[in-house]
Amino acid sequence: MEELNLFIKSIFIDNMIFAYFLGMCSFLAVSKNVKTAFGLGIAVTFMLVVTVPINYMLNKYVLQEGALQWLSPALAGVDLSFLGLILFIAVIASATQLVEMAVEKFSPSLYASLGIFLPLIAVNCAILGAALFMQQRDFPSAWTATVYGAGSGIGWLLAIVGIAAIREKIAYSDIPKPLRGVGIAFIITGLMGIAFMSFLGIKLG
Amino acid sequence: MLSKKNKEALFNPLSKDNPVLVQILGICSSLAVTASLEPAIVMGISVICVLAFSNVIISFLRKTVPTNIRIIVQLVVVAALVIIVQQVLIAYNYDVSKKLSVFIGLIITNCILMGRLEAFAMHNSPWPSFLDGIGNGLGYTIILVIVAFFRELLGSGTLFGFHVIPQWCYDHGYMDNGLMILPPMALITLGCIIWIHRARNKDLQEN
Repeated sequence: MEELNLFIKSIFIDNMIFAYFLGMCSFLAVSKNVKTAFGLGIAVTFMLVVTVPINYMLNKYVLQEGALQWLSPALAGVDLSFLGLILFIAVIASATQLVEMAVEKFSPSLYASLGIFLPLIAVNCAILGAALFMQQRDFPSAWTATVYGAGSGIGWLLAIVGIAAIREKIAYSDIPKPLRGVGIAFIITGLMGIAFMSFLGIKLG
Repeated sequence: MLSKKNKEALFNPLSKDNPVLVQILGICSSLAVTASLEPAIVMGISVICVLAFSNVIISFLRKTVPTNIRIIVQLVVVAALVIIVQQVLIAYNYDVSKKLSVFIGLIITNCILMGRLEAFAMHNSPWPSFLDGIGNGLGYTIILVIVAFFRELLGSGTLFGFHVIPQWCYDHGYMDNGLMILPPMALITLGCIIWIHRARNKDLQEN
């Protein structure tokens, strides 16, 4: 139940885009049509599911104060948490590389459609952001962290598909010239964010 | 020292080629820290430091780094600089570093950094790269400060934490607009800034 609660919460309430503005750059750049937006959303979700638990393990067994105790009791006082950023980004960058190679080998058609977005995911703030929030919230187990990663990814996917659909339709409307393109995309995202805020306070069980 | 090209590298990003308004880089972290002015300015200064020095370092390395591993190299350089900034902030300004929480760490994936490193520092010598870093950092900071100014003024009636809206306004029924503090309004404020900016610079408009 706890996990389900966290899952729903990370999709709707703590939505990566509407609550924390993470991954905005690719969100704005790739949201011009629904199909590519969906592909990128899937890729981001997948990366979150893979990297959040890995980073959780790293944080718990290597970085935290006293985390190295399982190696030898002499290391109980070692606190490596300042190295967090560099290790997390290394995990994310190498995982991206691995996923890219795997996708290229096993599903060339998916690779062709995602091609250019895959390397970009390494610098998608949503992925590093999820790792840092995971560190801050101190989840009880790797499973909870995975659920959190999946929820955040699906929230991001929903948001990007939603705005891509709106932008496809809005191409036909008469927007003031200076506002066309990015300007209106920002304002739509803001309005969607206000809509998403109506989920605040949802609690299951 | 300041030839024409260098001047362009320094001053163009302030408005004509602003990283946030025109290049649409660095939106990710820029909006979450703008609910009030103080964190916005600290964030801006941190980004200026990291951007200027990573530009210089990458520019020194640009001929020795093989092309296919350059992203990793760039990330490592940036991450190292960000860790330094983070530790300095924790040591000297703990309250603000608490307020910024994960967003200092997210400077690593701030698209301004990767964008400028790829687009400028990989092809230019250290001194222009340094100026480009300062210029883009300043352009980013200006936008942060403008957005934070309106959000703090309208949202809580304060600037830098001091009340600036006089009491008699409240007595006559003025109320702080709590909506401005909430995240979505940052996007709408920025949308309006882009609107004004593009209305003044007609060549930036899209069709």
